[in-house]
Amino acid sequence: MIVVKDIKKTYRMGDQSIDALRGVSLSISDGEFISLMGPSGSGKSTLMSIIGCLDRPTSGSYKLFNKEVSDISDDELARIRNEKIGFIFQSFNLLPRFSAIKNVELPLIYSGVPSEEWRKRSLDAMKAVGLENRIDHKPTELSGGQQQRVAIARALVNNPGIILADEPTGNLDSKSGEQIMAILQNLNEEKGVTIILVTHEPNIARFSKRIIHIKDGAIVKDEKNAHRNFVSALKV
Amino acid sequence: MNINETFRVSLEALMANKVRSALTMLGVIIGVTAVILLVSVGEGARKYIETELTGLGSNLLIITPGKVDTKGGFRPHSVGTVRKLSYDDALFLKRRSQYLKEAVPVILGTANIKYSNLSRDTTVIGITPEYLNLRILKIESGSFITQVDIDTKKKVIVMGKTTKKELFGHENALGKLVTVGESRYRVVGIMATKGVSLGMDFDDVVFIPVTSAEELFDTDKLFEIISSVKRPENLNAAIAEIKELLIKRHSNKEDFTITSQSDILSTMQTILTIMTGVLGGIAGISLVVGGIGIMNIMLVSVRERTREIGIRKAIGARHKDILIQFLIEAITLSILGGIIGIILGAGFSIVIPYFLPFYLPTQVTLWPVLLAFFFSMAVGIFFGIYPARKASLLDPIESLRYE
Repeated sequence: MIVVKDIKKTYRMGDQSIDALRGVSLSISDGEFISLMGPSGSGKSTLMSIIGCLDRPTSGSYKLFNKEVSDISDDELARIRNEKIGFIFQSFNLLPRFSAIKNVELPLIYSGVPSEEWRKRSLDAMKAVGLENRIDHKPTELSGGQQQRVAIARALVNNPGIILADEPTGNLDSKSGEQIMAILQNLNEEKGVTIILVTHEPNIARFSKRIIHIKDGAIVKDEKNAHRNFVSALKV
Repeated sequence: MNINETFRVSLEALMANKVRSALTMLGVIIGVTAVILLVSVGEGARKYIETELTGLGSNLLIITPGKVDTKGGFRPHSVGTVRKLSYDDALFLKRRSQYLKEAVPVILGTANIKYSNLSRDTTVIGITPEYLNLRILKIESGSFITQVDIDTKKKVIVMGKTTKKELFGHENALGKLVTVGESRYRVVGIMATKGVSLGMDFDDVVFIPVTSAEELFDTDKLFEIISSVKRPENLNAAIAEIKELLIKRHSNKEDFTITSQSDILSTMQTILTIMTGVLGGIAGISLVVGGIGIMNIMLVSVRERTREIGIRKAIGARHKDILIQFLIEAITLSILGGIIGIILGAGFSIVIPYFLPFYLPTQVTLWPVLLAFFFSMAVGIFFGIYPARKASLLDPIESLRYE
């Protein structure tokens, strides 16, 4: 599903150029649960932005669903982000002015889904993260863990095949973090959603099926996680 | 993103900053109000002039001594070398013309009028009896100048309302003798109130027979000949005829000018249209300044909401969606301001004249309202497009990291 070949990404900062990725090759198939690990500045977030079609590589090839991404127009990439990919961020990135359910609805207004269905679909997504009784709360009225669950509901509302999570537990205490991981693991197990997680915490990475270590813009280790942990004991 | 949703999102964003939105709109409101108000004053003046002039009769032709090439408008009083127009010219025209109904000779001057110990300098108009109907004037008491008065150069005087009041107060003036210049005139009539018409106060004048005026001012030069055409459709034929008759009579020289009421009207219309345009244009500048205010605030708003833009882009908003969202915000500000401005401008135009100590005719017409509306919308688009484009071109990754 995702095939990355020899991707490089160079940022220009004034007259300095920084190589964020120096030739990364990787392939990810349907239903995987991957952790991208590495210290900060290793290029893992850059790689995730490219996989998430938010950014384009300087060189190399990236095929998503057998299509070369560099051939896809910006508008088409926006549609792919809208329908095929869900994003979860470390800082939740909810719109503070909107209620929880309005935040969850947000991807629907950019999709072709008729507006009569918005409410039902976002309600279903809120149920999936166990927040159906918090729909009218503003993000500021929710705890960090709840905000992240709203963000997950927003990522889920268009039923994407891929969820990209950038340090989703980074701003949370360990209990809330585990709750988030439980939801992600559940999505992966039950619905077969491919999950790509960026983290620097081994504690979080241990929930995934495959762990890829990145350092200085290159993959240094790509391993199956034989001792995978499950958090299914934690019901949400 | 459908258009209803875009509108809702834009309105919500504007409502989130009520004071700021209101202040931003204020620029447009003031601009549009000024446009409507000033154009209404201009239009009112135009309408006023039009009513006044057509009230004088549309079939009038005014013949003045001296050749002026420009048509209509204000002519300098020609004295000296200009060949005169005489009472006989007027009689001749009336006798020989087939198109003219009347040709009234008019002598205009100023004289001192005395009654007992009161005196007043006022305008003296020497005319023939037909003047009354031609100028649509009315007698209140007594009678107007008669043909017999003309023929016998009788020293009779008909007074305007104001002149009568100044000299006689509430006393009956009919039959009394007043001194005009050095001769004594008998008051035979009092005019009904006419009021000020085109700068001439018809209540502060006196009328005497044109033949008596010749003696009073010791002149046979007419100020003008006012003539009326039998049928308005023959106006141009009448002009040609008068020219032919008078040129022949004046030894083949065209030393007079014929002005029709419509010439004057169109000249005044032109002047007032230009004036209205200038006023509207000046007011329009403030509308543009209001537009710059919108742009300024939209730029601030784009910067403040960088993260929101990043989020929207990450979850699937296209360039176009972001562009339209911010553009609609700018247009909503300008149109809302425009509508409020139109209401205020029209309201002020209607209400203000009632509170002014002087007469200010105003006329709210449709075109400045439409113009102001579409202009304010155009201002919104013009000044909104730059911030909106800026928003739509933001890089999603950088926007998401923006604090």
